[in-house]
Amino acid sequence: MKRNNLILYGALLVFGLLAPFLFPAFKLQISFMWILVILALTWDVQGGQMGYNTFGNILFFGIGMYICASTQIGLFFPLEEWTASGGEKTFLHTPSQYFLGLSAGLVLAGIVPVVVAALIGYGILGLRGHYFAICTLGLGIAAGELAGGIEIIGAGQGMTAPPWPKGIGDTEFRSEFFYFLTFITMLATFTFLRWAYQRRFGLVLNAIRDNEDKAEAMGIHTMRYKILGWMVSAFFVGIAGGLVGNMVGYIEPTEIAFAGATYGVFMILMAILGGKGTLWGPVIGAMVFHIFKEGFWTFFLGWQYVALGVLIVVIVIFFPEGIMGWLREKFPERFGEVVDEADRKAQVVLK
Amino acid sequence: MDLLIFQVPILMVQASLDGALLGILFALIAYGMALQWGVMNIINIAQGEMVILGGYIAYTMYVMGIHPAYGVIVSPIIMYFIGWLLYKLVINRVVDRDLFISILATFGISILTQQLMNFIFGADVVVAQSNFGTTLLFDDMVTLPNAKIFSALIGIIFAIGLVLYMKKSKLGRAIRATSQNARAAKILGIDTERVYAATFGINAALCGVAGALISITFTLHPYVGLPYTVRSFMIVIIAGLGNLPGVALSGMGLGVFEEFSDYILGTEFRIGSVFTLLVLILVYRRFRLSRKREYLE
Repeated sequence: MKRNNLILYGALLVFGLLAPFLFPAFKLQISFMWILVILALTWDVQGGQMGYNTFGNILFFGIGMYICASTQIGLFFPLEEWTASGGEKTFLHTPSQYFLGLSAGLVLAGIVPVVVAALIGYGILGLRGHYFAICTLGLGIAAGELAGGIEIIGAGQGMTAPPWPKGIGDTEFRSEFFYFLTFITMLATFTFLRWAYQRRFGLVLNAIRDNEDKAEAMGIHTMRYKILGWMVSAFFVGIAGGLVGNMVGYIEPTEIAFAGATYGVFMILMAILGGKGTLWGPVIGAMVFHIFKEGFWTFFLGWQYVALGVLIVVIVIFFPEGIMGWLREKFPERFGEVVDEADRKAQVVLK
Repeated sequence: MDLLIFQVPILMVQASLDGALLGILFALIAYGMALQWGVMNIINIAQGEMVILGGYIAYTMYVMGIHPAYGVIVSPIIMYFIGWLLYKLVINRVVDRDLFISILATFGISILTQQLMNFIFGADVVVAQSNFGTTLLFDDMVTLPNAKIFSALIGIIFAIGLVLYMKKSKLGRAIRATSQNARAAKILGIDTERVYAATFGINAALCGVAGALISITFTLHPYVGLPYTVRSFMIVIIAGLGNLPGVALSGMGLGVFEEFSDYILGTEFRIGSVFTLLVLILVYRRFRLSRKREYLE
C-alpha cells in the first residue's frame, strides 16, 4: 500500500518534471492542466471537505490576476497610462524589473485574496446550503461586473500583462519558465492540503460537512475554521490567477478574470468528476477533464459550450460520486475499508 | 457618479414609474420561481434563459411579420411544452436529490440554452418593435412607452389568472397539496410526477409570457438570462415562498432600485448592482437570523 503510493507519487513527479521536454508542443496545455488541478483542489476544500458548495472561488482567481498584473506594472510605470495605451507596448520592463515585479506580484496575488476572504468570510460563510451557493454565485459575477467599470484596470476593455522582457531566452524559455512555476505551485498546493487534511484542520472541515450544529456543540469554533479554509483556498487560487494572467497575457474582466462560465464551472465540475471530498479526486478529475477538453474541444468547433452544458448535466446527474467514488465502490479494500463478505451478500438493494 | 437625478427631481418620477412597470415583470418571473421552489424544492438557474427563450419566440414572430404582442399567447404555449420536456429529460432526476445537484444541473442547462440561442438567433442585441407609441406625462417631462404599460397590464392579468387557477382548479389544488406534503398527496392518489411536470411547465409558460413582454419593452441577448434568475431569486427570498403581495411589492421595489442605480451609478454598473444587492441582502438576513442562533436554510 505504502510502496504503491510512493511509486505513484514518484511517477507523477517524474512526469511533471520531464513533460515539457518530452512533449514540447504541449507545454502550455500541461501548464494549464496544473492550473486546473490547483483550482479543483482548492474548490474541494469548500465543496468536498467542508460541504459548502461555492460558486465564488473565481472571485479570488480574478482578484489575484488583477493584483498581480497591476503590481508588476505599477511598481515601475504609471498604471493608468499603461492601461490607457492598450495593446501598444510603450513601456518595456528590463529583465530584473520583470522578475522583481513578477515575484512581488505573485506574493501580493496570494495575500490580497486571503485578506478579502478573511474580511467577507464572516458574512458569507454564515449562509448555508443553496443560499451560500447562490450568494457566492452573485459574488463572483458582481466582482466581474464591477471590475468592468473600474477605469484604472482597463474597465471593460481589459488590460495587458507585461510582456516577456527581451534579452533572456525566447518564447520556448518563457513557456518553460511558466510551466515550472505552475508545476511548483501545484505541488505546493497538493502538499499543503495533504498535510492540512491529516491534521485537526481536515477533521474539523469534515465535521462541519457532516453536521455543523453538532460540531459547534462539541466546542469547535466552526466559523474560524470555515474562514481559515476559505483563506487557504483564496491564497492558492489567487496565485493561480496571477500566473494565468501572465500566461494569457491579456486580462478581461468577465471572460478571463472573473470567468464564471469557464474556470468558475470547471473547478466544480472537475472536483465532482474526480470525486469530491477526496485528496486525489480533484487531481484525477482535473487531468481527465483537461485531456478531454483539449482532445475533443476541436471536434466540437464552436459547439464547445454546448458540449460543456451537456457534460455538466450528465456528470451531475449520472456520476455525482465521481471517479474516486466509483473506484471506492469497486475496490473498497484499497481504500482501507474492511469488507465482510457475508455482510455484503446479505445486503439487499433498497429501492 | 452622476447626480443629475437629484438636480432634476422629475427624473425620479420617471425612474420610479419605469422601475415599477419593469418590476411587475420581475415579479411574474419570481412567481414562477417561487412555485417550483415551493412545490419541487428546486432552484432553477435556467429560469432567466427560459425568459430569454420566450422572448426570442416573440421576436421570431415579429421577424415573420406578426405583431410581437401576440407572443404573449404563443410563447407560453410553446414554453409550456419545452418546460415539460425539460422536466422529463433532466429535472425529474434531480427533484429528490441534494439541492446543489439541482443548482448545478440547471446551471448546465443554462449554459446549454445560452449557446443554442446564440447559434439560432445570433449574438446581436435585438428588440421587437411594437409600435405602440408613447404616453407623455407632466408637461412632456416624463415619457412612458405604451409598450411598458401594456406589458405591465398583461403581467398583472396573467398573475391574477394564475392565482385564481391555483385556487380553484383541480390541478391547482393538486399542486398546492403536493407542495404541502408530497408523500401525503401521493397516498391520497395524486400523481405527483404529473404535478411536478405541470408545475415546471407552468413555470416555463410564465417565463414565456414575461419573455414575450420583455422582447417588446426591452432588449434580448442570448447571455442576459442569469440576471433575471438572480432577480427572481432575490425577490423570492425577500418576500418568502407563497407571499404573493410580497412578491409583487419586492419586484417593483427591485425595479425602482435598478432604475435609480442606473441614473446614479451609470448603466455599466446596472447588472453589477443587482448582483451586489443580492449578496448584501443575503448577508443582512444572515446577521439578522444569527442573533437568534438561526440560519437561512
